[in-house]
Amino acid sequence: MTDSKYFTTTKKGEIFELKAELNSDKKEKKKEAVKKVIASMTVGKDVSALFPDVVNCMQTDNLELKKLVYLYLMNYAKSQPDMAIMAVNTFVKDCEDPNPLIRALAVRTMGCIRVDKITEYLCEPLRKCLKDEDPYVRKTAAVCVAKLHDINAQLVEDQGFLDTLKDLISDSNPMVVANAVAALSEIAESHPNSNLLDLNPQTINKLLTALNECTEWGQIFILDCLANYTPRDDRESQSICERVTPRLSHANSAVVLSAVKVLMKFMEMLPKDLDYYGTLLKKLAPPLVTLLSAEPELQYVALRNINLIVQRRPEILKHEMKVFFVKYNDPIYVKLEKLDIMIRLASQANIAQVLAELKEYATEVDVDFVRKAVRAIGRCAIKVEQSAERCVSTLLDLIQTKVNYVVQEAIVVIKDIFRKYPNKYESVIATLCENLDSLDEPEARAAMIWIVGEYAERIDNADELLESFLEGFHDESTQVQLQLLTGIVKLFLKKPTETQELVQQVLSLATQDSDNPDLRDRGYIYWRLLSTDPVAAKEVVLAEKPLISEETDLIEPTLLEELICHIGTLASVYHKPPSAFVEGSRGVQHKRLPGSSVESPEPASAAVPEASPSIIPSQGDLLGDLLNLDLTPPTSTAAPPPTSGLQMGAMDLLGGGLDSLVRPRVLVSSQMWLPAMKGKGLEISGTFARRSGVIQMEMTLTNKAMSVMTDFAIQFNRNSFGLAPAGPLQVLTPLSPNQSIEVSLPLNTLGPIMKMDPLNNLQVAVKNNIDVFYFSCQYPMSVLFSEDGKMESKVFLVTWKDIPNDNETQCQIKDCHLNSDAASNKLQGSNVFTIAKRTVEGQDMLYQSLKLTNGIWVLAELKVQTGSPVFTVSISTKVPWRSRHGQQSDSVVPP
Amino acid sequence: MIHSLFLINASGDIFLEKHWKSVVSRSVCDYFFEAQERASEPENVPPVIPTPHHYLISVLRHRIYFVAVIQSEVPPLFVIEFLHRVVDTFQDYFGVCTEAAIKDNVVVVYELLEEMLDNGFPLATESNILKELIKPPTILRTMVNTITGSTNVGEQLPTGQLSVVPWRRTGVKYTNNEAYFDVVEEIDAIIDKSGSTITAEIQGVIDACVKLTGMPDLTLSFMNPRLLDDVSFHPCVRFKRWEAERILSFIPPDGNFRLLSYHVSSQNLVAIPVYVKHNITFREGSSQGRFDLTLGPKQTMGKAVESVLVSSQLPRGVLNVNLNPSQGTYTFDPVTKLLSWDVGKINPQKLPSLKGSMSLQAGASKPDENPTFNIQFKIQQMAISGLKVNRLDMYGEKYKPFKGIKYMTKAGKFQVRT
Repeated sequence: MTDSKYFTTTKKGEIFELKAELNSDKKEKKKEAVKKVIASMTVGKDVSALFPDVVNCMQTDNLELKKLVYLYLMNYAKSQPDMAIMAVNTFVKDCEDPNPLIRALAVRTMGCIRVDKITEYLCEPLRKCLKDEDPYVRKTAAVCVAKLHDINAQLVEDQGFLDTLKDLISDSNPMVVANAVAALSEIAESHPNSNLLDLNPQTINKLLTALNECTEWGQIFILDCLANYTPRDDRESQSICERVTPRLSHANSAVVLSAVKVLMKFMEMLPKDLDYYGTLLKKLAPPLVTLLSAEPELQYVALRNINLIVQRRPEILKHEMKVFFVKYNDPIYVKLEKLDIMIRLASQANIAQVLAELKEYATEVDVDFVRKAVRAIGRCAIKVEQSAERCVSTLLDLIQTKVNYVVQEAIVVIKDIFRKYPNKYESVIATLCENLDSLDEPEARAAMIWIVGEYAERIDNADELLESFLEGFHDESTQVQLQLLTGIVKLFLKKPTETQELVQQVLSLATQDSDNPDLRDRGYIYWRLLSTDPVAAKEVVLAEKPLISEETDLIEPTLLEELICHIGTLASVYHKPPSAFVEGSRGVQHKRLPGSSVESPEPASAAVPEASPSIIPSQGDLLGDLLNLDLTPPTSTAAPPPTSGLQMGAMDLLGGGLDSLVRPRVLVSSQMWLPAMKGKGLEISGTFARRSGVIQMEMTLTNKAMSVMTDFAIQFNRNSFGLAPAGPLQVLTPLSPNQSIEVSLPLNTLGPIMKMDPLNNLQVAVKNNIDVFYFSCQYPMSVLFSEDGKMESKVFLVTWKDIPNDNETQCQIKDCHLNSDAASNKLQGSNVFTIAKRTVEGQDMLYQSLKLTNGIWVLAELKVQTGSPVFTVSISTKVPWRSRHGQQSDSVVPP
Repeated sequence: MIHSLFLINASGDIFLEKHWKSVVSRSVCDYFFEAQERASEPENVPPVIPTPHHYLISVLRHRIYFVAVIQSEVPPLFVIEFLHRVVDTFQDYFGVCTEAAIKDNVVVVYELLEEMLDNGFPLATESNILKELIKPPTILRTMVNTITGSTNVGEQLPTGQLSVVPWRRTGVKYTNNEAYFDVVEEIDAIIDKSGSTITAEIQGVIDACVKLTGMPDLTLSFMNPRLLDDVSFHPCVRFKRWEAERILSFIPPDGNFRLLSYHVSSQNLVAIPVYVKHNITFREGSSQGRFDLTLGPKQTMGKAVESVLVSSQLPRGVLNVNLNPSQGTYTFDPVTKLLSWDVGKINPQKLPSLKGSMSLQAGASKPDENPTFNIQFKIQQMAISGLKVNRLDMYGEKYKPFKGIKYMTKAGKFQVRT
């Protein structure tokens, strides 16, 4: 008899039947019915209609039935808050039960009922359970505080639960300590500035004691917490390291990696000549290697972290190259990471092995992997100078295989090798030239053309080779066209006699027959250079090139330091600072490695608190907008900049007949978003407005190219407020040359959200029959103020008081000659509502509210001194602002 | 912490969801499905996938994706380790971890998940604690429950959860007291064309099955403990004693558990128990290729190499093969190009071989890629690293237990390049 039977009823009156069974007198039938309900719930069926009937089953002695009902409650209490109150009594009673299991179960379930009305009833039982004699109940209650904090943070603070939780860190039971640490860490994430986890040598000692005795999960919490501590001196640092090292032998890989984090961080404080320092370095290698024999998912996370460790302390794994050798059935994500680390570890000592491996990989099946392997050979050549010759000969071997994509990758990297070691390996050019015909990828073609142009004097038939490319000039990608232009000009400068015709041909192709402004520009520049001063041209075009750098794609050192402090976290997997995540890392402090820098730690205000999952505009942005919004007369904030008139002029001089390009246009307060130079002739300027509750993006599209444009479409990148087009871009008629059209695109805020910097930045892609163009623009914050932003005055008062002072910012608007009423009216026009007005000692105080489309309320107080042109604005909102230094003052635009 | 869990089967259906905090819409899995579509093979789905509001961390086990949803910064390894624990628990409870087994026991699954996490914090993940809380379903118990109306939820406080030895329950009683240890080693190796070893390492574990009454305290010592310089222990092992004396001293959990795992690195000399002679050639311009493969034992200390299985992904250009095995059977799938030869036991007097021809597409050029052979084998009664248990002693209890140690060597990722 299995549980699948619970899924079998598919009759019409299923809910009705269950209802009858739930109210049955027979215990057994009741329990079966609850099981059926739970089964339906697990597969996502809505059984919330049965709420009262299920809750009725709660008062029972049968533990399983109780648990099942609790399961149900947790799922549906939110949707039935009034009914959920019925359950409160049972909870209160269960919290007094003689059986600690029942007490713990009740306190656990209570916290999962996310209903505001209920939470206040739960404070008393929770308080008792936090001081319960049974540690099992205490540790469960500790987690419950975190749950409650998630629902109602204020309540938790008012009730003093945080202090009780802090006391639990000194509890006698290690599991209670671990859970208290876990709960406090989670709460601290949303309270970046509070000193919840106040780490001092005494608490550290308690944590280290608990570390030895608690479960593996508890160890992870404690280790992660330890990593935030900064030891006073190297002795303390060493003693902590000594007590943490046994964790490196734990079977749970998360414990191991958290321990590695603590050690990597505290090691910074140890003097390098200390014996212990060397011992520690030796101890770190084996656990890292062991992580690589685990399941592929674990390997992946481990490899991403090892990548960081290797960059910070290459000595740890320098002898372990072989464990990073790729097995042919590793998942591709593991293969690529291993390859990356292999290159980082490559040195003169092991280069022979590495090269043999890389050559092997170049014959694998997976094309992506093969390509990366070939590139890796090139990177080795650039990194380990002594090996360059072997690398080149390996690459030549690979070219002999004639496998198309291998040859192409090889040529691309050989170009880089030439740049790094000029005048050394040019003997291979002949071999490269043999493969000219098989190149079909733009990057490889461009690389080959670069080589031919650069070494034109050594290649007898360079002109023929380049000429062969010229035949299909218009079908080539821009990259190739540009390279071909430069290549032929170089050739001309080196062998002027026989290539005059060729260079004229390419210049005319580039300047007259091409639509690409970059290509035209470069063509004209060469043309003028060559016609006015060939000697100067030679100096410019054939100038000595700077050598390319040793090692590419290293992580920038300060970021690396920060990432080392975050080993084992998502940040370390993505190699991005935690602050780069929209959500997920609330209130991250920028961590620095201790002792690595003399700079004092950044002040607390530098932390970036982001307390809400939705995106909060930074104060500066909003203030700026409020100000230049209406109080200032619309003296076109940004007139469209003339599109680099100088170059245009040059074009005219050359007689390109492109005078139409410089036709001036003035659009008041609209901004140039996409200049024609970048849009292959398509020019877009525009502005944003809010009309009867709809955000409109108003654009003027102008065709400055020679051909007709059709098939317009628009798309937005993810942005801070989820702005997205509400419909397609309505450009129905084709846009003929020199024609322009005004389009108004309604927007909604239902799109995907990603925090942008600056916050009101919007990245737009516009497509037409020619190409896809990208530009970014900034919308005024005022378009996001919604019409229902008028707050009840009572609510206003309460909310205003509720907001902590930290969340308030002040600034001044100078030279604003409006009286308070006029200002209020103006602001009302853009959905900033005046709730109340009060006059104190000749000062008008306006209290105002506005609401953003994502539901965040912003409250403001405007002080107007009669007769003075200075307004003082205080702005606050429930969610803490991202504080930004100096931004406020910068963004005040004088009227 | 861990917000939600979705179980997704091979055909992309979400067949179970569980939320520990607020409910996350299952549409979040669309991002996972996108990644799944992009991946060429099921195992190539990246384990960490970012979405606008959440992160999805997944593992693939028994052809089921376990997808955890997290919202705040949580160590990914923590999540992956936890998911493994979920898989192990299901396997422990239901014998297998399949979609059918999970669906058949959906209420137990739900109860288990509820006990394993509280608000996203791991609560009870030790198998013996869980079993006290929720009894595994057995045919007998189900029948008894049906008749008596009792349940499979324990009434007692899981005492182990709070004691200093949380992995062992109290009051254990057996009539036959026995303790068995299996030393199992897997060789991971890459052998190059010419037969020389590029890298070889050993992953070893000691799995135990301990059924002893009371609170026994065991010590296990080795003949050559120096081999074990990179070890991970079960929490029951006293680390200080190991550091000082190289002796494993522990109060064992009840039943099956992994006492330790160890790693013998590529820097030590690792013996390779089999060799492969191969000759695979394609000639330019011919639509035929030659295939010749012979296996032989080496460095096996006289023990037989058994359960040998050779598999290889032949180049895409190979249409079919016509081979003749001297022993065992082979199969070739012309679609996936997967060749698999079930050899059985290697007889050192008469080495097994597989010879014949491969037919290629007419007129196609000779394949670029070289096939790699994946070899599986087992050797009983030997640990290839040479690790040997010296003695096992029991303190704290009076009875005399049965003791047994078994050794085995297996191929892990054992690859021979051609």
